This record gives sequence, C-alpha cells and structure tokens, in this order.
Amino acid sequence: MPNLRDIKRKIEAVKKIGQITRAMNMVAAAKLRGAQERVEQFRPYASKFKEVINELSASGAVNPSQFELMQVREVKKVEIILVTADRGLCGAFNANIINTCERFIREQKAQGRDVSLICVGKKGAQFYRKAGFVRQSYEDIMSRVEMFNARAVAREAMRAFIDGDSDETYLIYGYFVNVVRQIPKTEKLLPISVEEEAVEGETEKKISGSYIYEPEPEELFQQILPLYINTRVFAAMLETAVSEQAARMTAMDNANRACNDMVQSLTLLYNKTRQASITKELMDIVGGAEALKG
Amino acid sequence: MARILLEIVTPSRMVVSEEVDIVTAPGVAGEFGVMANHAPMVAAIKIGELRYRVGDRQEFLAVSGGFCEVSGNKVTFLCEAAEKAEEIDVERALRAKERAERRLQEAAAKADKIDVARAQAALARALVRLKVAEHARKVRGG
Repeated sequence: MPNLRDIKRKIEAVKKIGQITRAMNMVAAAKLRGAQERVEQFRPYASKFKEVINELSASGAVNPSQFELMQVREVKKVEIILVTADRGLCGAFNANIINTCERFIREQKAQGRDVSLICVGKKGAQFYRKAGFVRQSYEDIMSRVEMFNARAVAREAMRAFIDGDSDETYLIYGYFVNVVRQIPKTEKLLPISVEEEAVEGETEKKISGSYIYEPEPEELFQQILPLYINTRVFAAMLETAVSEQAARMTAMDNANRACNDMVQSLTLLYNKTRQASITKELMDIVGGAEALKG
Repeated sequence: MARILLEIVTPSRMVVSEEVDIVTAPGVAGEFGVMANHAPMVAAIKIGELRYRVGDRQEFLAVSGGFCEVSGNKVTFLCEAAEKAEEIDVERALRAKERAERRLQEAAAKADKIDVARAQAALARALVRLKVAEHARKVRGG
C-alpha cells in the first residue's frame, strides 16, 4: 500500500509545477502580444519593399544575370540558414524545425551536394554542435529580434554566395499560421529569382513604367537587393520569435491541464489510501475487542 | 501651399507620418528635394541627413541606407534605421565614432577590405548622427 505521506508530498510537488507552468503560460502570452505587435510594425516596411522590387523587375530594365545575388549556378554547395528559438519548453516547436532541416539535409546530400549551416538561435546550434558543418552560429538574439542582427546573418550568407562558398541558400524557420499552429517552412533565399516575385506583382504592372529611377534601375537594384535579403532574414526571425511564444503558450497550457489532472487522480488515491488505512485500524480495534471478550 | 505626405518607415516602426512642405534627402547620386506633386520616382538613399520643413518648423533626421518612393503626392522612405534629432544620443554617437576610428585603423593595418568597409560605414553613421544633432541644436538654439 502506498505511503500516505509520500502521496501528499507528490501532490504538493505537482501543484508547484502547476504554478510554474501557469506563470510561464502568462509570460508567453504577454511576450506573444509584444512580438505580434512587432510583426504588425514590420508589415508596412515589408510590403512596400516587395512592391518596389516588383515594380523594378516588371519594368523590364533589369536583367537577372548581371547581378551577383541573382546568379543561377549549377548547385554543388547548399547553405541553410536555420532559425530556431533560443529556449526550449515550447513543445515540439524546435524539434519540428530541426526535423525539417534534417530531412532537407538528407535530400540535398542524396543529390551529392555539400551542405553548410548558419544557425540562428541556440537550439539549432546545440543540435548541430557536433555535426561539423556549421559555419556560423548566432545565439541569444531571439529574445529580441533586431535588424542589425538580421543584417549580420544576411551579410554572412551573401558573402558566402558571392564568393562561391554556396550556390544556393535556404531559410528554414518557424512560420506562424495562428496561435495554435506553427509550421516549419523552407524558403529559397539566394539566388533571388525575379520570376516568382514578378508573378505576384503582375496585377500592378500596368501602373508603373512612368517612374523616374535614381540612379539607373540596374544600379538601384544593386543597392536594394542586399537590403531585400536583410528584410527576408529579419522577417524569418520575427516569425520564429512569434511562433516560439505561441508554441510555448500552448505547451504550458497543456502542461497546466496535465498538472490539474494529476493532482485530481493523486488526491483520489490519497483519499482511498486514507480510507483503507482507517478501515484497517478499525478492524484491528474491533478484532482486539473481540479477543478480549474471549 | 500644397503639401506632400511624408512617411519614414523602418523595420521596427513608423518614424514620421506627416504632411510637409519640402523634404530633402541624401540620395546615392546626390542630395535631392521633394515637394508637393513630384513626379513618380524611386531613388536609393545613402547614410546621411534627411531634413523636412513644415511651415516654420524644421526637422532633422539621421537615416541609414534604404530607398524612397514618390507616387501620388506621397513620399515613402524605407530605411533600415532612422532617428529624429531629439532621439539621438550624442554621447553614444561619440563613443561609436571613436570605436569606428579605432577599428578603421586596425583594419587598414591588416589590409582587410571587408572590415575597412564595415568600419567606414559605422564611422559614417556616427558622424551623420553627430551632424544631425548639431544642426538641430543650432536651429533650435538660434
């Protein structure tokens, strides 16, 4: 029979864990709101950027082959920018992203390509610490996503691409669908392909054409493309940060519920055990009394 | 006088959204001004000082690389960073300037082109911040 005091202690412990998960849930909720606000703030910048890139590429003045960042080469080396959270305790969020990355690496290796990694966020860096193909890792920057961090990551990726250390660069990050759903997403970052951008912008094509470009479109494009890569990396980091908080909120909510269930079943066990021990004592007393009567 | 809507947007916030008389920006090909009913334009911006005027009020901002789009009596600046003169921390800019100068020397000694370029950019940003703060002080003070 389980010991009464042990059960009591266990109930106390589970209750305390419940307090922690509840607090973490609330913290994640508050941070989620903050992160979502930042995404809102970023949206006008990102959409305007896309618009101008579309206009420029639709103007026909731009020939992709003349830009280093658009050069399509035979793919021998692939670089992945893996964006994860810095912290755990957010369910399968980081594991999902890393799994996607693992699968992607396998696919690439099956095609005989070399793979290198840039890890943004501690969890990815920890996972691949011993893999030997991590070129750079940026840790402890996910709690507050800043542009200059994104710029450092983007700069490194662009340098590798231009120097020929990678022929294609991909972004893998946690895409925020909604508060209860975050999915890992893989996107090609480099080379920048105008085609896909142009298709999205086709509806607005007609309006442009009468723009004055200063300097000339080619030079302007040359200026803007690196900035565009910066925003792409920044966007991926923001998405991951929002997703992380949302994932943690859900995970902590589940943990909290599990705690409550456990307290309930333990309390039941406690009462049963108590009942059993009382009954046993009573039987002993009655038995003793009977024996005395003789 | 007719005015034009000026918007300065960075990844983290909308810095300015205001109807202005004239805005002067540091274009890559030289400084240029935009007034009401300007022809549609896209222009690249370098690190520098951006000024705008509303009536008698003159405002100064330090901006770093980006571009601007003019269309339909609205001018939008997309910059990675933009600060109003009042927001500039002069001491911090001074420290940044010294740091950049030191780095520049170190990088030049090692003949590292990338580091030189990076240090130069940092130095330019610090100098622009100082200049903008100085201009704003002069205008407000005098």
